[in-house]
Amino acid sequence: MRYDVTLPWWAYTLMGVGGLCFVVLVILSIRRNHGIKRSLFASPYTLWMILFTVLPCILIGYYAFTDTDGNFTFANFRHFWDSNAEMKEIVGEEFASSIPRGTVNVDTLVYSLWMAFLCTAISLVLGYPAALFMADRDMKLGASLVILFVVPMWMNFLLRTIAWMSLLEDNGLINQLLVAVGLPRAQLMYNSPAVLLGMIYNYMPFMVFPIYTSLSKQDISLSEAAADLGCSSFQTLTRVTIPLSLPGVISGITMVFMPSVTTFFIPRVLGGGNTMMFGDLIESKFLTEGNWNGGSALSLLMMLLILISLSILRKADPNGEGSGRI
Amino acid sequence: MIEQEHLIELKHIRKEYDGVTVLDDINLYIRKKEFVTLLGPSGCGKTTTLRIIGGFETPTEGELYFEGREISALPPYKRRVNTVFQKYALFPHLNVFDNIAFGLKLKKMPRQEINQRVGQMLELVNLKGYEKRKVDALSGGQQQRVAIARSLVNEPEVLLLDEPLGALDLKLRKEMQLELKNMQQRLGITFLYVTHDQEEALTMSDTIVVMREGHILQIGDPKHIYDEPANAFVADFIGESNILRGTMVRDELVSFAGRGFPCVDFGFGNDTPVDVVIRPEDIMVVGEDIGQLVGTIQSVLFKGVHYEMMIDCGTFTFKVHSTTMQPQGSRVGLSIVPFNIHIMRPMDASPTEEA
Repeated sequence: MRYDVTLPWWAYTLMGVGGLCFVVLVILSIRRNHGIKRSLFASPYTLWMILFTVLPCILIGYYAFTDTDGNFTFANFRHFWDSNAEMKEIVGEEFASSIPRGTVNVDTLVYSLWMAFLCTAISLVLGYPAALFMADRDMKLGASLVILFVVPMWMNFLLRTIAWMSLLEDNGLINQLLVAVGLPRAQLMYNSPAVLLGMIYNYMPFMVFPIYTSLSKQDISLSEAAADLGCSSFQTLTRVTIPLSLPGVISGITMVFMPSVTTFFIPRVLGGGNTMMFGDLIESKFLTEGNWNGGSALSLLMMLLILISLSILRKADPNGEGSGRI
Repeated sequence: MIEQEHLIELKHIRKEYDGVTVLDDINLYIRKKEFVTLLGPSGCGKTTTLRIIGGFETPTEGELYFEGREISALPPYKRRVNTVFQKYALFPHLNVFDNIAFGLKLKKMPRQEINQRVGQMLELVNLKGYEKRKVDALSGGQQQRVAIARSLVNEPEVLLLDEPLGALDLKLRKEMQLELKNMQQRLGITFLYVTHDQEEALTMSDTIVVMREGHILQIGDPKHIYDEPANAFVADFIGESNILRGTMVRDELVSFAGRGFPCVDFGFGNDTPVDVVIRPEDIMVVGEDIGQLVGTIQSVLFKGVHYEMMIDCGTFTFKVHSTTMQPQGSRVGLSIVPFNIHIMRPMDASPTEEA
């Protein structure tokens, strides 16, 4: 058994430099201010973020606007819009008009957004009542339901997705059951519904928990006050309970929508290549085609999309109670 | 005829939580336009009683009548009562105007009438110009006023108030006490008020209901409760008292603190153990030679209006309020007029033993 982790030399160097910087910074600040500045404690993490988040982002930006020789170009975005653009360049202007626009990239993006929207919407519709039930103080079952939601999350995300395979396969548990009761086998896997199912299964807890938290934080006397002022139990829900849980809902939407749009493992396992999502596209650009420039352009577009949707969400939740300041 | 006058009536109300009885055989009626206060220490069941009337709890046993109709199964939104909650329970997602208009909007009242009535209410609670404010941006006292306005705007038959002034500072509390009483008299609405503050109860109420451990100990107007407490607990809870064990020697003569005192009570029987209650302000400090009792002053505290002295008479240390100060350690005489000696049956003695 190997339990020691050997890192390459540059990793140790990195850690050493980082640690040294930290120590020097602390000493400097003690000298100057006669005390440690609280913000200094964030410096190792800040360094980490700069190295592994900010720098890669800059690199993505660089690759997205350059060609393989490092010259500035918009070609990568043209290729996103028209996947046949390259072919058109090769055949020349004369024949270009006879080649239709390759829509595969745009279609994949639209498909991804649509799937993510469905996943978020269904998670919300199914998850809100569940959260409501879990947060109900009179329901003793609520607490056990919380555990039911938590336990699957102790398992690895990939394992959980693969586990669905053994249920949905042609010879899977469900089909065996169907055959046992004399029904024909059904094609359950390698289609969009299977992917959607996998996504909802994996991401629904991220919808339920923020809503559950905001519901269980709600003062019970608020709904009593609503009833007192003339609300039926349904009106109490629509006029007080739901509006007050909106920060949780927004947080839930953010936490489901973002990973849904970028997901690439679930469609590969449960969609079996029939359902390409934007995450798969980016992954194949980088790993299969080795086209870093094209992949970077797609990544940049994705980031832009997420930023836009986040800013829209933040408009709906100006206090940032649910999602925090992102 | 008399039944009609009772707006709300509780008959043999009992409430159990998980096998623990928190209210036992509560019988109470509330008249129209009355200011009734449920008074008692925490855990006495006063809030539970209020919540049963408000519709947030259902009694385990017993009946609740509203204008002669049994309503204990009616949900809160169908009752013509409104509650002012302990922590106000204002809706944080709505501004002051929308909080107050909440009930009216549910009734689908025309916009213009809502504006007019909310405006009137804001004037009543001195919050004109605060319509657009967020409720979290208000002070405790202002939130309190919004909560009262939000309830009153619905013109309830009865307003239930659950320790509404508990979170306010002393000065504000005193002001609000007077304001609430004024409002109640001006609007002619029945108030049912819950508090553990005896002074608040004495200041505002027409009727005080003293409760303890799920039972009603005494119902009466403030003066009656103060002057004629039903037992030593009520006496102790309502104002300060000296409570002593004594013996009723015969009618109009009681013995305590080592000697006999003439009093005005009778009918207890001869040589019966009793509780004797004397208010600190009813004990006169006189010369050592003419007092009924003689004691040494142990401590003197200045309380603003009066001095509070602890006077040790050997068998008992009396708490005495007096406007003139006696030096600590000096020996003084104590004298009590017969009218100010309150005799009551001991609390722990059950009625069967007495009979």
